[in-house]
Amino acid sequence: MNALEIKKLFPILNQEVNGHPLVYLDSAATSQKPIPVIEALQKYYEYDNSNVHRGVHTLGTRATDAYEGAREKLARFIHAKSTQEIIFTRGTTTAINLVAGSYARQVCNPGDEIVITPMEHHSNLIPWQQAAKATGATLKYIPLQSDGSIRLEDAEEVITDNTKVVAMTYVSNVLGVVNPIKEIAEIAHRKGAVISIDGAQSTPHKKVDVQDLDCDFYALSAHKMCGPTGIGALYGKKELLEKMDPIEFGGEMIDFVDLYESTWKELPWKFEGGTPIIAGAVGLGAAIDFLQDIGLDEIEAHEKKLAAYALEKMKEIEDIQIYGPLNNRAGLITFNLGDVHPHDVATVLDSEGVAVRAGHHCCQPLMRWLDVSATARASFYLYNTEEDADRLIDALVKTKEYFGHEIG
Amino acid sequence: MKLDDLYRRVIMDHYKTPRNRGELDEGAVTVHLNNPTCGDRISLQMQIADGIVNDAKFSGEGCSISLASASMMTAAIKGKKLDEALKMADDFSDLMKGETPEFEYEDIEALSGVNKFPARIKCATLAWNAMRKGIEENNK
Repeated sequence: MNALEIKKLFPILNQEVNGHPLVYLDSAATSQKPIPVIEALQKYYEYDNSNVHRGVHTLGTRATDAYEGAREKLARFIHAKSTQEIIFTRGTTTAINLVAGSYARQVCNPGDEIVITPMEHHSNLIPWQQAAKATGATLKYIPLQSDGSIRLEDAEEVITDNTKVVAMTYVSNVLGVVNPIKEIAEIAHRKGAVISIDGAQSTPHKKVDVQDLDCDFYALSAHKMCGPTGIGALYGKKELLEKMDPIEFGGEMIDFVDLYESTWKELPWKFEGGTPIIAGAVGLGAAIDFLQDIGLDEIEAHEKKLAAYALEKMKEIEDIQIYGPLNNRAGLITFNLGDVHPHDVATVLDSEGVAVRAGHHCCQPLMRWLDVSATARASFYLYNTEEDADRLIDALVKTKEYFGHEIG
Repeated sequence: MKLDDLYRRVIMDHYKTPRNRGELDEGAVTVHLNNPTCGDRISLQMQIADGIVNDAKFSGEGCSISLASASMMTAAIKGKKLDEALKMADDFSDLMKGETPEFEYEDIEALSGVNKFPARIKCATLAWNAMRKGIEENNK
């Protein structure tokens, strides 16, 4: 793949910020959107917009076909067995909250366990805290190694026959750790638990096969994978979803409504109360087409190469601290530059046109584990080039000079 | 956008050698405030008697702007009446909006450049919000 050519398909990247061509290295927060996705949204609103599953008229049919077509694309994209296993949600957070709010509350009792890790994003941590509190279950953590990875031996020990749910991220948004999901799914299943995967940082960057991973739930967001904000999905195994009660009620999700009782539609619609995120689904479908045309393997290889290139150069900067494992890491680099606070780093980088994230990355427990209050993070995607990495390095050197001079 | 507008010499001086960093004895009004979006934390302590801030110290973690602002704020309010301190917090809010209030403790005016960096305004206001909260709780 040619990242320079791909970059041209992202209009937003063709601009100057603070007098410099924009280098966008914050795709782990949200990715930019290519022309085909923007055009799909525009075309939907210009020609097809209507409500779904109810209009007898032509536009209603077109909107329904577009919405359900996106579900089919997503089901194929992550290798779900059927579209019944794909619930559209507002994003990863809502998807995880559905598992924690419905499934976990139905199956957990006092004495049961929910197992997670300290590297989880707040969105894959707080829903489980709340589910544990509501049910009397115990929340347990698989410990992290010094490089931030987890060991299967530890998973084997922490997950017990009392464990009902294991929840963890596939790829850490801070450490870049890629967790051994398939192996942990095997452990969880052997002990009678289900495994719920936060796929926010993996789905945009690598091939995902939920059947091969044998995960029971898998949550994802469109906006991190070139799609629009406001839509994501929950994959769940059909037999589990069928047992789960909806947690949102209203139009669209019902079968028969009486004055005192109601029944629900079949899967997946029983979880989609209200007018769904139709345009968002259309945009997600276009994003999936876009990523598949390029190839997920190619995208993953490109990012790994780029991150390795940047990592080698960053290591040469004096006083830089890089977090996470050196091998088997995703295409993002979390770091601190000596004593310079990450806010100050990010402000100086921004003045050079380089956009990075600074803060706790919605991972306060992980920040405490790293013993820092905040970090900076550069994350790469398919539209980033070696020149972008070089611009980052140059800007970091300038940051160091600026603060070294001012402070030293 | 010029970096030197933000990181003025006097700000870097307060950052490098903060005034009033530390803790006071028991009995001081204590406020813990976080900036949940970025992880900055401040613990502010004020010794208040007869409506006057006799002493103020802070501890915590943050960027150059938030620590320099805390250093300046504590230096500015020492010996001031509570309503004078609150007026200063109002003036500081105005400074962040691009207005040009004057401060008896002139170093504060160096933070006027933060106004051009909207993402950093909440760094600068953290200590002042803590001070306002502490005095309001003391007045209850």
